[in-house]
This record gives sequence, C-alpha cells and structure tokens, in this order.
Amino acid sequence: MKFVCLGYIDEEAWRNLSEEESKKLFEACMAYDNELRQGGYFAGGGALDSSKNGVTLRYKENQVDVTDGPFTETKEQIGGILLLEARDLNHAIQLMSKHPGVRMGPFEIRPADEAMNLQIMEAANRLADEQSKS
Amino acid sequence: MVEEKPQSLHQIVDELYRSESRRVFATLVRLLGDFDLAEEAMHEAFAAAVEKWQIEGVPQNPRAWLVSTGRFKAIDTIRRRVRFDESLGEIARKLDSEHDDFAAIDDEKIEDDRLRLIFTCCHPAIVPSAQIALTLREVCGLRTEEIASAFLCTPPTIAQRIVRGKKKIREAEIPFEVPKLPEIPTRLDSVLSVIYLVFNEGYSASSGENVTRRDLSEEAIRLGRLLVELLPDPEVLGLLALMLIQESRRAARTSATGDIVLLEDQDRSLWNREHIVEGCRLIEIAMGSRRIGGYTLQAAIAAVHAEAVRPEDTDWREIVALYDVLQQIEPSPVVSLNRAVAVAMRDGAEAGIALIDQILAEGSLADYHLVHAAKADLCRRIGRKEDAIQAYRRALSLVKQEPERRFLERRLSELS
Repeated sequence: MKFVCLGYIDEEAWRNLSEEESKKLFEACMAYDNELRQGGYFAGGGALDSSKNGVTLRYKENQVDVTDGPFTETKEQIGGILLLEARDLNHAIQLMSKHPGVRMGPFEIRPADEAMNLQIMEAANRLADEQSKS
Repeated sequence: MVEEKPQSLHQIVDELYRSESRRVFATLVRLLGDFDLAEEAMHEAFAAAVEKWQIEGVPQNPRAWLVSTGRFKAIDTIRRRVRFDESLGEIARKLDSEHDDFAAIDDEKIEDDRLRLIFTCCHPAIVPSAQIALTLREVCGLRTEEIASAFLCTPPTIAQRIVRGKKKIREAEIPFEVPKLPEIPTRLDSVLSVIYLVFNEGYSASSGENVTRRDLSEEAIRLGRLLVELLPDPEVLGLLALMLIQESRRAARTSATGDIVLLEDQDRSLWNREHIVEGCRLIEIAMGSRRIGGYTLQAAIAAVHAEAVRPEDTDWREIVALYDVLQQIEPSPVVSLNRAVAVAMRDGAEAGIALIDQILAEGSLADYHLVHAAKADLCRRIGRKEDAIQAYRRALSLVKQEPERRFLERRLSELS
C-alpha cells in the first residue's frame, strides 16, 4: 500500500536551530530516508520551501482569489512530503516513528486513495487516447 | 502421471509467504526479542529470497533459510540504526554474543513459537481489543486494514490498538512464552475469542470479492487443534468442534459462480462428513465434562443442522432450546437474532419477525445487514412483499461483501 506522509515543522523553531544542529538533523533525515530506500519503502518525496513563499488560491464569487501563504493560525506548516510503500498502516507507523524528522514536528500518515488513483489513471489514459485520435 | 506445472520463483515465494511468513515471524520475535524488528527482518528475508534463489535455487528447508537470513538482516539493520535508536544497542550486543544456532530453528520449536506468540499477544496486561487486533496482525498476518474491516471500524483505530499493544508488551516486559499450567485457564478466554474471530474472517470475509478466505479458516482450525493438544479444556474442544462443523459446509456454501447457497438449499452430500464426525465427537467429550460453555453450545447447534439429512428433518425445537441456554450464559443481540430465526422455523415467520423487530428497536444491531436480510426473508416467505422489499433495500445499503450483495440483489429483483 502507498502512504503519503506529511511532515509538519514549526518554521520558527527550525530557523532557531544552530547551523550545527540543523546540519545534524538534516544528515539524520537523509540517512533514514536512505534506510527506507534500501528496504524498498521510499517511493518519493521532497522538502517544501517556507509557507511564506507560497500562495493559496480560492474560488470566490466566480473568480480566483490569491492570498499569501496558507491561511492557518497554527505554527506548524507542512515542511516535507514522503511517499511510503508499506504493507499496512501499522507498518507505515512503525517505519515513520523512527524517522528523525518526527522530532521537528508531527507527521501525518495518510493512505493513498488507490481506488481514486486507479480512476485518475484510467481517465488520463482515456483522454490521451482521445487526443491521439483527434 | 500428472505433470506439475512449472512455477515461477515469484509464485513459489508468494506461496511461501502465505504459508510460512507467520511462522518465520514468530521465530524471529523469539530470536530478536522485538516485534517491529522481527517484522522488517521477515520482509527483508523474503525480498532476499527472490534475489538469491534466482541464482542458488530454492533451498532444502526454505523456512530455516528465511529465519536465518532474517536474523542476519536484522543484525545488519540494527548496526545501521543504532544511531537513530539507542535502545537497539542492547539488542545488538545480545545478538552479537549469540551464535547463529540452527537448533533454534528446528520445526518443533517453530510450532512452539507460534503458540508463544499467541499467548503473548493475548496477555491479560494488554486490553482485550488490542489483544485481538495484535493477534490477528502478528499471529495471522492480517493487514491493519483487513482487521479494521472485520471489526467494522477505521484503520487508525486498529492501528492505535496495535501500537499500544506492542508498547505494552515492551514496557511491561511481557515474556515471550507459553504460560504455566495454573495460569492457562485465565489466559484462555481471549485466546479462544481471537481464534474464533480469525476463523470467521476466513469463513465469511468482511468485504471484498470472495465469500470465503479458506487459508484463514484453516489457520484458525490449526490453531484450535494445537490448543486442543496443549490444553484439552471443554471450551477449547467446543471451539474446535464449532469451527469444524461450520467448515464442513464450505463446499456447499457457494455455487460454481461464487454465489451464496443458503443452508436449506445446500447439497448436503457436499458436506465434509469427516469434519462433522470429528466435531460431534469433540462436542460429546465437551458436554461430558459438565462445564458447558458458549462455544460448545454453538457447536451443538451447528451439529443439529449437520445431522439433518434433509432441511425438513432439522430439529428446530432442539435448536431453539440450545439458543435459550446460550442466551442465558452469553446474552448478545446476535444470539437473539439467530434465536429469532430458529423460532420462526419452529413457530412460523410472524413469531420470528416480531422478535427481529424487538432486536431492531433495541438498536445496537440496526446497522447490521444480516438483521435486515433475515427480516426480509421471513417477510418474503409469508408474502409481505412491501416489507420484504424495504428490508432487502436496507440490507443492501449496509452489505460490504460482493457475493452477499449479489444474493440480496437477486432476491430483491425476484420481488419487484
């Protein structure tokens, strides 16, 4: 099964780390990601820039409204995404519990919606087919 | 001579995973002393098997190979991971000091390991809901999601029970062992209920394409036999008897197209007589003990059905009488529902419908599809067409299993 793991961080706490501390944590995270890769569990992922550099789109009164950053009051923002291949939810929990990133903020583990992903793939194939015919 | 179909290595490994992974896991838990480590080591051993056996061929004793490889993989993993998890340091030192002892992987000991594992997962220090979830996942190899669907709850609920259960095992330092004789009776109840749930998951999988998942039922029966050997308590016999008699109907329960065949429509010549005879013998011994419990009573009810040559020969008076006793010692809405159906057979459909309506009014089974299916069937039998249609629709909105859905749809379309 595929799981999407959303790693939240407190950006301020992250910025307040000393260079040495943040380097150590980064190395630990990379080493653990590599551990996951070796076990065949790592199916993709990446880090996100500060939420301050992002925008949020909302559809309002028949037009798209653009605002700064995500509109949340919480200090914790998504700092990175990891795509995990695990046997079941407990296996995913077990693997992610040892990830050093969890010390910086909560991890959310969400099962991929396999049925929806299948539908998306079918629709994509169908549309590609139609396009190649026209 | 029948020529054997050549199997691909992947097929061989897949089959071994199904038949051996839980034994391998149980032994690795004993050798490594840690559930999580054992699970990963087991997965890595199977992954290594696909690679290595391609070149070296399948070893003489694949199970011992998997255990030994898993142990080596775990040692590697521990060495790499000590920096993430200091608690692994101690395990690493312990494993280093031990020799790779092939005597630790002999077949008899592996069977004991499974029993150790089941008693550990059902340890009284663990809350019952976690015992069951843990045993289903660790002993029987069900995925968290499958357990959730069997229990009609969400995967996170089950996942947390399992996490807490494992934490309890670690923190309370629950020993990985079969309990000593004096403790066994108190530890047995949860073991039995877990085994029966496993059986039911195999007998009637809670969702998906197939009505049955034979390997799980066989697994439960195997566990039942193992327990009978270790501990011939009347209820252990009763549970095994119940599972055997239910299992005896497997071939008759589904048609060639995978559709459900009801008890009264089953070809009784397809029933497995050996299972029935063995079950009835166990019931006799259990009843003779004068300590009669819920499993023995349910087995006795199943045996009344099994002994009827034709559906019309069924002794419904005896069945209702057995349900009366069962309801006294283990009252539950599901027992009431089954009793209601038996009463309908003895006294007529109206009597049964009245009892089902009471159960529905009580509320806890309102979302259980079989209550509505049972009511629909009784209404159908006495020509209360509108009530039957309504109840079939309600059952259809709640059913999760594909063949059951087809069965209900067929009945509904016959009416409308």
